[in-house]
Amino acid sequence: MKPAPFQYIAATSLAHALALKSEHGDQAKFLAGGQSLMPTMNFRLARPAVLIDINGVGELSGIACAATGPTRIGATTRYRAMERDATLGASFPLIREALPEIAHPQIRNRGTLGGNLSHADPASEMPAIAVALQARLKLQSATSERWIAAADFFLGALTTDLQPDEMLTAIELPRPVPRTGSCFLEIARRRGDFAIAGIAAMVTLDGDQKCTHARLVLCGVGETPVDASAAAGALIGNAVTEQAIRDVAALAQGMIAPGGSVHATSSYQRHIAGVLTERALATAHLRASDGQ
Amino acid sequence: MSTRSFGQPVKRNEDRKLLTGQALFVDDVELPGLLHVAFLRSQVAHARIVNIDVSRALQRRGVIAAYTADDLGTYWRHGPLLVPPPPISGAIFHERTHVPLAKDKVRHVGEPLVMVIAESRYIAEDALDDIDVELEQLPAVVDLERALAPGSALVHDDLDSNISAHLRQSKGDYATAAAKAHRVLRRRFLYEHGISSPIETRGVVAQWDARASQMTIWDTTQAPVFVRNGLAAMLGLNERNVRVIAPFVGGGFGPKIMMFYPEEVLLPWASMRLNRPLKWIEDRLEHFFATTHERGQIHDAEIAVAADGRILGIKDVFLHDGGAYDPYGLTVPINSQCTLLGPYVVPAYDSTFTQVFTNLPIVTPYRGAGRQHGVFVIERLLDLAAHELGIDRAEIRRINLIPPDAFPYNNEIIYQDFAPLSYDSGNYEPVLDMALDAIGYAGFKQQQAAALAQGRHIGIGLACYVEGTGIGPYEGAKVQVQSNGKVSIATGIGTQGQGHFTVFAQIAAEQLGVEVTDIDVVTGDTDQFYWGAGTFASRGAVVAGNAVNEAAKVVRQKALKLAGELFECSEDDLVLKGGKVSITGVPGKFITLGDLAGHANPMRGAVKPGSEPGLEATQYFGPPSGATANGVHAIIVEVDPRTFDVNILKYVVVHDCGTVINPMILAGQIHGGVAQGIGNAFFEKLAWDDQGQLLNASLADYLLPTSLDVPRMELSHTVTPSPLNPMGIKGAGEAGAIPVGPLFAQAIEDALGLLAQGIELREIPLSPSRLYELTRNGGERG
Amino acid sequence: MDNDFHDIALTVNGTAYNGRVESRLLLSDFLRHDLGLAGTHVGCEHGVCGACTVLLDGEPVRSCLMLAVQANTHAVSTIEGLASPIGDYSPLQQAMHDHHGLQCGYCTPGILMTMTAFLDEHASPSEDEVREALSGNLCRCTGYQNIVDAVLAAADKMRG
Repeated sequence: MKPAPFQYIAATSLAHALALKSEHGDQAKFLAGGQSLMPTMNFRLARPAVLIDINGVGELSGIACAATGPTRIGATTRYRAMERDATLGASFPLIREALPEIAHPQIRNRGTLGGNLSHADPASEMPAIAVALQARLKLQSATSERWIAAADFFLGALTTDLQPDEMLTAIELPRPVPRTGSCFLEIARRRGDFAIAGIAAMVTLDGDQKCTHARLVLCGVGETPVDASAAAGALIGNAVTEQAIRDVAALAQGMIAPGGSVHATSSYQRHIAGVLTERALATAHLRASDGQ
Repeated sequence: MSTRSFGQPVKRNEDRKLLTGQALFVDDVELPGLLHVAFLRSQVAHARIVNIDVSRALQRRGVIAAYTADDLGTYWRHGPLLVPPPPISGAIFHERTHVPLAKDKVRHVGEPLVMVIAESRYIAEDALDDIDVELEQLPAVVDLERALAPGSALVHDDLDSNISAHLRQSKGDYATAAAKAHRVLRRRFLYEHGISSPIETRGVVAQWDARASQMTIWDTTQAPVFVRNGLAAMLGLNERNVRVIAPFVGGGFGPKIMMFYPEEVLLPWASMRLNRPLKWIEDRLEHFFATTHERGQIHDAEIAVAADGRILGIKDVFLHDGGAYDPYGLTVPINSQCTLLGPYVVPAYDSTFTQVFTNLPIVTPYRGAGRQHGVFVIERLLDLAAHELGIDRAEIRRINLIPPDAFPYNNEIIYQDFAPLSYDSGNYEPVLDMALDAIGYAGFKQQQAAALAQGRHIGIGLACYVEGTGIGPYEGAKVQVQSNGKVSIATGIGTQGQGHFTVFAQIAAEQLGVEVTDIDVVTGDTDQFYWGAGTFASRGAVVAGNAVNEAAKVVRQKALKLAGELFECSEDDLVLKGGKVSITGVPGKFITLGDLAGHANPMRGAVKPGSEPGLEATQYFGPPSGATANGVHAIIVEVDPRTFDVNILKYVVVHDCGTVINPMILAGQIHGGVAQGIGNAFFEKLAWDDQGQLLNASLADYLLPTSLDVPRMELSHTVTPSPLNPMGIKGAGEAGAIPVGPLFAQAIEDALGLLAQGIELREIPLSPSRLYELTRNGGERG
Repeated sequence: MDNDFHDIALTVNGTAYNGRVESRLLLSDFLRHDLGLAGTHVGCEHGVCGACTVLLDGEPVRSCLMLAVQANTHAVSTIEGLASPIGDYSPLQQAMHDHHGLQCGYCTPGILMTMTAFLDEHASPSEDEVREALSGNLCRCTGYQNIVDAVLAAADKMRG
């Protein structure tokens, strides 16, 4: 399974990369980690005429954890670098918990956050986490620059709001809110496989152990990450009880329309989404109470 | 003669090459002027071929040729029938073997249409896009029962149905047994095995040297001798002018013994035509279609039992998915039919199967070779009967075991080697007891109750099986002492990881008193050894191993005779040890084997008429029938009652393959077999749609078990030697893979208390999603 | 279109190589066929089986998912570089031999490279950690048990 022919250009700067993308539009694809793109090219499902290698563009990678203000992650930051960054893991335990579920170390040594988000596989973990964390994504072209909420970025299976001349260049995570516990859980057939269903849950408590804020985003159960945070609406202002969690899970199940796959029926996916919601919310709540 | 390395966990001779990246696999062959082959394969499962236009492909730079079926002329023909139907009266068999390139019709996705030859595989794949194929799609035959219903599309138009074969075997009188039974249970079972998916796919390199009239073929085959003979005949060459080399092969497991695959047949032909060497390496996507499968059977089975659980009779009617062609005859379903009897006394048996043509890839043996299906049926029937009668699962098995004084045990019906199914030897009850003890069967119910009190659902499973191994026709080996004192062995079978380079050396070392590391073994090269059948059906160690033993014994006798003449003493006074022949009690009086070999090949003097030069012998071994190995697997699982994920807490294997040559290598075979069994039971499922398209044709979606899915296993064994060969050995290659399906089903039923809820697991593979679907709404009873 | 070629310079197992490669040539094919280092094996070409794993600047990567041109200026390590120049096994190679951690040997190069890097970072791994690290390499022959034993034994040996 060999890729079809293409022209390869190693971009020397962001401006160079964006100029090339402007020139070639949809005929060109960016090559970052290649862990999603190369399999599709080897299968000849993707046949870009031009491959713009952005691995050499230093300004696109890096993690800047500010003391105050948002954390910024460059798009070509590798998963491995994110795993090794203790500050990132401490500030965003959701990311730290999800990373070991993503493929395998060999993939994480090359795969990048920006590449994964741009690929927008429905069963991929990071898009759901980006939505849960209410990340903002920076999209740049040779002539423009804009920010978009993660929730607005994912439009469908393998489809994002990226225009033909744009590149996702940075991901910004808002400052974590104190007294927030989070939990990422996933069910997959084997370790590292794409999720049959996965959930990112966050619970924020006030001084009286009452919930002030909750986030609930699922992956693998729709064409895009499904933000089911509204299902947790009833938690706001109240103590988080087991029954309340079960009610949220039931509501969340009603908010998804999973399509089923060779690995799981849609009813199993819906069932698992409920189970994971319960378990993730319970753990997130416990971690918030423990003062995470 | 004391045991030196025989029976010891001797480390492997072949490891160095493999560990340092110096072992030659087929894709490692590089030749000057090598061209590369890609095949255009059908994207639809069933269609008439209207037109194929390769003209644009031929214009692409770097493309040398593009051949269709018409270009093959008289070379195009149906492949040979590799295994004829067995001599069973009333058997129906419609021979429809595969073709090298599809002509008129395609009958499964992946069937090759065009062979493209180019300067690189990359360019050859580019050229596939240049080819215009016009197909008139036909309805695909996929579902077995619909395939046999009136009005179904026909895979082979010249037949009036999709029946490939129909065969009934029986012994005793089932009808009477059922009439007298305390209880008769009837159930439907669905068993699907999967694909072998070795980490190395298939490959062929063909090099025609016109000046030397020599065809050399490197091939991932498990049967180099048969392939050499068949290709020589097809190509109009003498066998002596064809050399087939199966070098290091990255896993075989059965489908690499399917012979005269299109690519095997076409590359040599094209090499002769173009006078260039050619290479084809199957890519992983191709492997899902181009290499043979095992797939599914539907069994409607019934068991008649007495009140104490004794089996009075079994009746089974099953459908077997054979795929689009049937070159391998009835081997797989006959194995299912025979192996269903297991280690049990089954006085009456009535088994009928229909092998069905489908628009899916061909089915040929894959590790277990149909035994899995039969074992699933009997083991599940026994579980369900035990439940119905209120008898313990282990006890219902125990009381039905063939007693140790009943061997050789004649099961009467015809087996895959065309002889009546006869178990040569066995002692089954101790194996069951060891397994029960190792898994902690006696105390498990308390363990289970305690776990349940903590909200944990654990269950225990138990399955018994027999495995027919070591069948003929024969293998041969040449053993030779070289003048440097090292021993060289050559045999006709190939090696795909089973440790032949070590095991055969151990056998010879035992006879010749030489270090295992001083013995080199050549397998799979038809120029090094001319005769043989191949590595399949768990027969390598038994048959080729015994041939090595016989040849080494002759060499030993020659050495002793010659040394006796040199030392002018009796052969009885001599000992072979440490690479030398010496006089017992006089270690200073010795000659090295190398020097002795030199004496046996003198440059002057006379060699007596009737004797042969050198210390060398070639011997053949052909067992009268196969040797029956047996075993018991036991498992403890934990099932998450909400997600239905299954975690293996404990896995025990107790088995008996007779005399053990190398326990380390044997254990490795068991581990690997169980891992494939776990894949079959819980992870691997080919997902076909009703148009014969495979929805999960990649390793991302066809799930092979990983190191996190295969548990640590506890192995032990008993030794009941086979009387059918001098070493007393039985085969073991497939054992691990055979009983894992029913083991999972039983253990999961136990963990979730399903039988008490009226829910039965009667299908394989299972998965968390499937368990969820089967258990919600109370499941279904059959 | 005319095919697109690039000059590359890289080291493999410490030896410098130059090449002129088509842009789409996979690193796995470049190593195996252009450099004749056939010890790295190809099993799937979609990044799942792990047989093609090599070290890129010391870190395990799937060579089937990299282009040869991307290895320009980098250091690649393959199975051929594990033993000493005079052929002494690395501790992991020795342990794999001692514990029968290979049968057909086809997946072995990827496992050796993956676990060599793993052992460099984990001096005292537990069995669970070893199995986790190994889970990105598929083996169809061994059932993994002996490989796990080999890795644990090598870790033991390397700790002295």
